[in-house]
Amino acid sequence: MRIEIEDLSVAYAGRTVVAGAHLVAAEGEITGLVGPNGSGKSTLLRTVYRHLKPTAGRVLLAGTDLRQMTALQSARHVAALPQERGSDFELTVREVVAMGRTPYKRAFAGEDGADRDIVAQALTDVGMAEQAGRRFTALSGGERQRVLLARAFAQKPDILVLDEPTNHLDIRHQVDLLALLRAQRRTTLVSLHDLNAAASVCDRLHVLHGGAVVASGTPREVLTPALMAEVFGVRAAVVDHPLTGDPLIAFDHRTPADEAPTAVPMESPTQG
Amino acid sequence: MRRKAAAAEERGSLPAGPLAAVLAVALVAALTAAVAWGSTSIAPGEVWSVVWRRLSGEAPRPGTDDLIIWQLRVPRALLAALVGAGLGVVGTAVQALVRNPLADPYLLGISNGASLGAVAAIVLGLGAGGALGLGLSGAAFAGALATFALVWAVARRGGGFAPLRLVLAGVAIGQFLSGFTSYLVLQAGDEQQTHSVLFWLMGSLSGATWELLAVPAVAVPVALLWLQARARGLNALLMGDETAAGLGIDVTRLRRELFTVTSVLTGVLVAVSGAIAFVALMVPHACRLVVGGDHRRLLPVSALFGALLLVVVDIVCRTAMDTQELPVGVVTSLLGAPALLYLLDRRLGSGS
Repeated sequence: MRIEIEDLSVAYAGRTVVAGAHLVAAEGEITGLVGPNGSGKSTLLRTVYRHLKPTAGRVLLAGTDLRQMTALQSARHVAALPQERGSDFELTVREVVAMGRTPYKRAFAGEDGADRDIVAQALTDVGMAEQAGRRFTALSGGERQRVLLARAFAQKPDILVLDEPTNHLDIRHQVDLLALLRAQRRTTLVSLHDLNAAASVCDRLHVLHGGAVVASGTPREVLTPALMAEVFGVRAAVVDHPLTGDPLIAFDHRTPADEAPTAVPMESPTQG
Repeated sequence: MRRKAAAAEERGSLPAGPLAAVLAVALVAALTAAVAWGSTSIAPGEVWSVVWRRLSGEAPRPGTDDLIIWQLRVPRALLAALVGAGLGVVGTAVQALVRNPLADPYLLGISNGASLGAVAAIVLGLGAGGALGLGLSGAAFAGALATFALVWAVARRGGGFAPLRLVLAGVAIGQFLSGFTSYLVLQAGDEQQTHSVLFWLMGSLSGATWELLAVPAVAVPVALLWLQARARGLNALLMGDETAAGLGIDVTRLRRELFTVTSVLTGVLVAVSGAIAFVALMVPHACRLVVGGDHRRLLPVSALFGALLLVVVDIVCRTAMDTQELPVGVVTSLLGAPALLYLLDRRLGSGS
């Protein structure tokens, strides 16, 4: 299922954080959102999974305005993995994953065989089937994130929305999680802090800056030295990754772009 | 060693159905004991035969046993069960509302408001005629509702109630009101008044009458059903507001409704029994350790365990001392605090 964001503006805590953003996430592709802190990535994603309401513009799921669906209806299409980690309420791994069935259940209804199969499959997909009876809060950060992803899978969504899913994970767990996402081949909208991870895992990237999308395209088209300087304020060279051939951004960690002795040429970034 | 640790992580989760059945049987036994035991002991068979006669509409056998059983002890035992069940349910719901497994409904200030209402009624003599009947409960409930409105006005922001904001508003307003209550206690005219105020503040079931039972007998089951219908929403709240929104829950609306339902129920419970300490905190917590955090199981099990606990505690309160009755809140604190510490210690020891 395709998702289109049209001229979207969102205010959060009285401040306009997303201002007129446009983007499309195509069926079966991993679409990445990158941008500096405060550029509006999380706010935009929160609007897609309906934690926030847009002040203007709209979000279209396969051409239908999100606001024409009830919250439960859209939760059957869009599953979210926010940056929340839950609190200690003695829930087991299986119970957390079973929450993914919430949008399909009426009041008082229990889980039937089909629900249990879906939950078991989701746990198998993330490699956590063996841990189903453990307490969620007893898991490591990487395990928790996989369980939360299984919770999103159990929602049987057409679209996955992930907000910084690799935050706080060590490098091996980051690689595991991103490999899992690629293997799933679902329509995915993901915000990522790590530009090199975004370059190797996303089919298309959208760069947010000041609440608007300032560049869109493949990672190679978007992640240029000029954009690094203009949007992120850093000096960087873009080379080919010696192992994967993906674009590899080599940052200058010593000097910010505006203090560098030889200024990087300020071309406008590629529009796509 | 490793296997042992892994086994401790696998929660000792008893199946909720059989556990609920055991609790229900224990509750019936405890209710029977509560009616049978006391300054006058009555055989359990006699208890049931009196109850049966009353329920089947037969003419009651004249005598003191009938009076003691039907007018004094049965209402009191049922009040203990209803208040205990209500406290278990409201504690579970408030802990989900403010997303803290150690929260207590009294944290939100409602009970302080109810106490102020009740103490004002006793000391200032409002509704003095039936100061220990419905007049007192009415004043307490009015205090609870007024406090609810005040906390609502302070805590609301964009229509929602962020957990921290709700707790801070509740604590601040609760402390403010209990300052007034303390002042009124000092102003109490005589020793008798001070005594009845203190007894009420500590929580007591001694005012039980059939009339007093009516409101909690409706409010507790209705609140339990209402919450049970939203058990999945409560589960989702535990993970966070954004997760809940992503699961199709209208978080703002659910919070608003939860705050209303828990406040009204707290008001009803405090109005009929005073602010009984610790039950609403401890019962859900203990039940969670046994059946886990899923509210579909936790709510009914907390209701049953809360009812059982308070019926047993009230037996202790009535029979522990020959000359006088203990306030029920004193015993719940004395039993509840060490029990909670034991449970916490066991859990933290199992390496979380």
